Amino acid sequence: MALPLRYNFRNVVVRWRTTLFTVLGVAAVVAVFVLLRALARGIESTSGNTGDPRNILVVRKGSQAESGSLVTRTQFRTLQYFDEIARNERGEAVVSAELVMIVSAPRRGGAGEANTLLRGVTPRGMELRPQVTLVEGRWFQPGHREVVVSRRLSGRFEGFEIGGTLKAGPDHLKVVGIFDGQGSAFDSEAWMDADEARSIFDREQYSSVLLRPRDSAAAQAIILRLEQDKRLGLRGESETLYYSKQTMTAAPFRILGGILGVAMSVGAVFAAMNTMYASVAARTREVGTLRVLGFSQSSVVMSFMMEGTLVALMGGIVGCGLALALSVYVQARGVYFGTMDFQSFAETLFQFRVTPDLVGLGLLFSIGIGLVGSLLPALRASRLPVIAALKSV
Amino acid sequence: MEAPIVVIRDLSKIYRQGEVQVTALNRVSLQISAGEFVVLMGPSGSGKSTLLHIIAGIDRASSGEVRVQGINVANLDESQLADWRNQNVGFVFQSFNLIPVLTAHENVELPLLLTALGRRERRQQVDLALNLVGLGDRGHHRPDQMSGGQQQRVAIARALVTDPALIVADEPTGNLDARSAHDVLGILQSLSRDAGKTVLMVTHDPKAAVFGTRELHLEKGELARDLVQE
Repeated sequence: MALPLRYNFRNVVVRWRTTLFTVLGVAAVVAVFVLLRALARGIESTSGNTGDPRNILVVRKGSQAESGSLVTRTQFRTLQYFDEIARNERGEAVVSAELVMIVSAPRRGGAGEANTLLRGVTPRGMELRPQVTLVEGRWFQPGHREVVVSRRLSGRFEGFEIGGTLKAGPDHLKVVGIFDGQGSAFDSEAWMDADEARSIFDREQYSSVLLRPRDSAAAQAIILRLEQDKRLGLRGESETLYYSKQTMTAAPFRILGGILGVAMSVGAVFAAMNTMYASVAARTREVGTLRVLGFSQSSVVMSFMMEGTLVALMGGIVGCGLALALSVYVQARGVYFGTMDFQSFAETLFQFRVTPDLVGLGLLFSIGIGLVGSLLPALRASRLPVIAALKSV
Repeated sequence: MEAPIVVIRDLSKIYRQGEVQVTALNRVSLQISAGEFVVLMGPSGSGKSTLLHIIAGIDRASSGEVRVQGINVANLDESQLADWRNQNVGFVFQSFNLIPVLTAHENVELPLLLTALGRRERRQQVDLALNLVGLGDRGHHRPDQMSGGQQQRVAIARALVTDPALIVADEPTGNLDARSAHDVLGILQSLSRDAGKTVLMVTHDPKAAVFGTRELHLEKGELARDLVQE
């Protein structure tokens, strides 16, 4: 039987000063680790929350993103007459040819300029995206150089309020409405009429086509048909699947999280090791006594590792608590973060999300720090010569 | 005469420090019967603590044989020796060696955690042991809330809680005042006389020695005198 946990717990409490420093060190490491992961998770969640599973997004074969895709008007006309496409109550095919462009705009507060996505949509395109709702003003009127912007962009860029203007190519667009994308990738976009956008940017082609098949069998049929039709040179996939793949933007945060996590955890491991070595040194006679009473070397190793893990886990709980508190605060204040989307080169807006699995990961990370940090001190404790340990002051 | 519980033949212990060899015990042979209260005396460095440690299984002899209850202790590996100590030997130290963060009850319970006893049985055993040393009402006190004499009595309760045949005590009164020392020696004497435990005690104090039934004097690692008390 192992030594009782209360023995470790009380030792941790008795040595509260050294315990506190180690707990704070581990807490800082875990908080940074969880927050960086939460940033990546926020971006992934934004992408994952975008689109309608019934829709199919069509781009040029070989293109990974809309911004790098070209769909000619001829290709669009061919697509438009596919039998598998659903019709609305007016008998029109529910299909929208769209243009995605990048425009530069000044950030509020004089923080320089940043790119943002300007999407040219059709009325069908708006029908296909019911998650985007107008919250202020009105929708744009084609031919009037009007634009609607997301609420998040409105708060982030100069001139993105109703009545303000946005520079698009050689023209200026007037902001007439604000929409809410419900936490989707559309929250990082401004919308205007598709044909007007083509005219402003002097573009013959569209970027993509969004369509609604009649049913799931029709959806499969369209995807297969596009795949097999070599002349069209297009490919289609579920809109939600397309956006869930657009998580490359999160990669730098994941990589940074990994690098910082490893670098900082080395420091935390040494802090835990230092605490445990000090603990072993202060309790040499105790260890000798326990061995004399019949506790095996492995019991002593287990006990000290348990203690080191307990300290690190306390740090993990504090660290996760800090990350969680910051997350709640940021969400309550409606603060958004912006980062470059490396596929569209436009700014993606997101909120970080500390989810239960990230908290679990943070706690596991702290347990790992505790186990690694306490291994060597625990082995030293177990290998103390019993008689010398008993004579220790 | 009771059957011998400890049989020692030609026991030697040599410490090597580089080129230097120090003989702590030199071909010591003796027998200790069950129920005896043996007092080991001698000047510092005479080998009495070394002998106690080897008999109790916390040190190993360089040569010779040590049998306790018929078991050759030298043949046990570290893990077996730890189990053997837990089941057969109770320890009392000069500095009490209680775990400071545990209560008296929890300290006494420690050796029982290595047995198959359930929580309720352990509690009964611990209460019995604490009552035997007169501390039945101090179970929830931590060592720093007790006097030296009380702490040593807790240590005696811990030593006897597993009902071992052999109790070894290394200078158990060295850190106690005269009154507490008398109480502790009285308990050890009672354990030997009334409970039939074999007690082996190292001491420098001639007054403590009178509580024993037999005195062994060691000098320079050899058994100099073996006196049975009247």
